[in-house]
Amino acid sequence: MQIDLNGAPVTTAAETLSALIEEHGFDAASVATALDGVFIPRLMRSTTPLHGGAKVEVLSPMQGG
Amino acid sequence: MFYGTELNSRLMLGTAQYPSPQVLRDAITASGTEVITVSLRREGQGGDAFREILRDSGCRILPNTAGCHSVREAVTTAQMARELFDTSWIKLEVIGHADTLQPDPFALVEAARILCADGFEVFPYTTEDLIVGERLLEAGCRVLMPWGAPIGSGQGLRNIEGLRTMRTHFAGVPLVIDAGIGAPSQAMAAMEMGFDAVLLNTAVAKALDPVAMARAFGRAVTAGRAAYAAGLMPRRDMAAASTPIFGQAVLA
Repeated sequence: MQIDLNGAPVTTAAETLSALIEEHGFDAASVATALDGVFIPRLMRSTTPLHGGAKVEVLSPMQGG
Repeated sequence: MFYGTELNSRLMLGTAQYPSPQVLRDAITASGTEVITVSLRREGQGGDAFREILRDSGCRILPNTAGCHSVREAVTTAQMARELFDTSWIKLEVIGHADTLQPDPFALVEAARILCADGFEVFPYTTEDLIVGERLLEAGCRVLMPWGAPIGSGQGLRNIEGLRTMRTHFAGVPLVIDAGIGAPSQAMAAMEMGFDAVLLNTAVAKALDPVAMARAFGRAVTAGRAAYAAGLMPRRDMAAASTPIFGQAVLA
């Protein structure tokens, strides 16, 4: 299905958020995730299904003021 | 002092815009800070190196919601930051205007209420407005962070009398001057006025020598706090001779 990952269109075979994280090689322990603007805790990624057009954000620590 | 955490250093330092990761490391050390601010962005390059700097610094992490313009964005970002940094501290920024980066006080209070109810320890980036400050305390905040001037402007304490009023009005509430500080003298002035800490970034990161500037800020904040604790003399409109008149020779 077609989804939006960090602002870019992506075609994925992943059916859950955790599968998507794995598919794209993110370090699961050092990123935070949101689906359609809602925070998804680490423990809920494997039970959170993706849908076509889903907007997924995968964030990590960055410099800030 | 800040949600039950006592700090030795009253300088909080941002981690953005340094010329290199090594300069950032050295600036953190030279400043003596115990609290550094960080952000969340889309996973890209260099994440590991930055995580290592955070770990090695030994500092408490204060994640921000920089760039958020709505309650929802700020709340979601705060929730993501809490998981990623394993801290309930959040520097809450809800920006109302792109040019001034002035906080949106209405959205700020609403986001603060949601986050405080969810167990966050909120450090709200606000203005010197007293009523907004009252609303933030009612929402559950136990710290207020009024701006000195617009973020990154280096203008210092733009409304010094307003900030003085705020300090008096919120006696006993930890107040941190956040944003707009450009020089150590400005940070020191804030500390002499009785503010509890100063948070800055650009003034150090964009100095010609950020490490030396970090050290200068650390000392200014220490000196300003010591001066406040020592009690400044009252200001007078007229001169008052300091040398005694008694025993002066008549030579005229």
